[in-house]
Amino acid sequence: MRSVARVFAFATLLVLSASLTGCGYNQIQSLDEQTKANWSEVLNQYQRRADLIPNLVNTVKGYAQQEQTVLIGVTEARAKATSINVKPDDEASLRRFQQAQGEVSSALSRLLVVSENYPQLKSDQNFRDLQVQLEGTENRITVARNRYIQSVQEYNTTIRQFPVNLTAALFHAATKPNFTVENEAAIAKPPVVDFNSQPAK
Amino acid sequence: MARATAARIAGWALLALLGCAHAAVALTGAGLRPLPSVARVVDEAGLLKADEVHSLTATLTDFEARKGSQLAVVIVPTTQPEDIAQYGIRLADAWKLGRRNVDDGAVLIVAVDDRRYRWEVGRGLEGVLTDIGTSRISDEYLRPSFRQGRYYDGIDQALVKAMGLIDGEPLPPPPQVRSGASEDGLHRALGVLAFAVFAGVFVRAFLGRLGGALVAAVLAGVLAQVAMGLLAASIVMAVIAFVGTLIAGVGGLWGFYGGGFGGGSYRGGGGLGGGSGFSGGGGGFSGGGSSGSW
Repeated sequence: MRSVARVFAFATLLVLSASLTGCGYNQIQSLDEQTKANWSEVLNQYQRRADLIPNLVNTVKGYAQQEQTVLIGVTEARAKATSINVKPDDEASLRRFQQAQGEVSSALSRLLVVSENYPQLKSDQNFRDLQVQLEGTENRITVARNRYIQSVQEYNTTIRQFPVNLTAALFHAATKPNFTVENEAAIAKPPVVDFNSQPAK
Repeated sequence: MARATAARIAGWALLALLGCAHAAVALTGAGLRPLPSVARVVDEAGLLKADEVHSLTATLTDFEARKGSQLAVVIVPTTQPEDIAQYGIRLADAWKLGRRNVDDGAVLIVAVDDRRYRWEVGRGLEGVLTDIGTSRISDEYLRPSFRQGRYYDGIDQALVKAMGLIDGEPLPPPPQVRSGASEDGLHRALGVLAFAVFAGVFVRAFLGRLGGALVAAVLAGVLAQVAMGLLAASIVMAVIAFVGTLIAGVGGLWGFYGGGFGGGSYRGGGGLGGGSGFSGGGGGFSGGGSSGSW
């Protein structure tokens, strides 16, 4: 009698473990981990950019002291972006983060546009190196963001499809917010650089 | 009535067609430039002479044999509609140059009509071929030569310089030409045995000592047949698994499991086979390198 119970227990265990895999529970976990890893890479690359900025600002300051507004703009945008404590699963938080990083991007591009006016700055080796590093970092950010977007898309698609959506509902796996493109388009608007009217001092 | 139905059917058919057409466009990557097949030197723009391609290929082949890193040169007329950096990461992701987990691949892309070049550097080489490093190499070798139309000289010198930098990096040695078939088989057999005995001991808790041993024997036999395809070996394995499970204490098992499974899961570093069959080894890229124009 006991052996029958044992066989039954064994079979139940087998069926349970198989159904966990079959209903996509494990798949949800691994995709979730994948998005987390990709998100770390996004943060890592944004951090790398933030680390470059003080150096860049100091170098530009050495040649273009009078561009106070632009320099302060970059410094403030950086300070704001690094102070944000972002939770990627929270849509509002993610949007704030994206907004702040977008402001850093536009402040930086304004700085680079302004630096075109200083031939000595442009020929400074240190400045050129920083420019190369900045370009490389922006490129890495793009790659990291793309990978994050793809992994979130895969995760969301998986947990919304039948039958995994049942498992997802059971374990409260919610869809994750993603980087938005329309927002990005507004931020990526080229900065208006007007050389005729001096900024208010 | 019949006409309305016909119209509706026609409408659905049209919708379906549109949907299919849409999917087909999405599949072809929305008009992106198709990637070339993997080779050490690809010249789609006809920029180099045949012997120049040959010599570059030989240099890069030697380097891989000596140091293990996979380098490649891709020359295209243009990367439009993509930026050269987007094209570069797409190419690098598809080719997977460099050894798996060492990620020591790099590719130099030249877009002739765009007058742009780019170094796409694998994660493992980002420390030596830094953004600044590749940019300096380009400034010093690629750009001056390209401006004078001496494309081969520029590419050759830049590659030599890049290989010099990589030489200074302590990377794992290149894989020796292994006669590892028998060793591989042994690893596999140990893995199968370990798995079967482990499963057997687990099942023993439910089905008793004899039942567990029987399950282990069947498991080992089937797995061995699948993995090695030798009937005699499978039978031997099944017997070993049977006896092993019958006498194995759980304490002793763990050591056996650890040793056997560690060996069993061993895999070679990737497709770095000799000869002409060149393929990426599974290296990862994350957008390192630098671009420029001439």
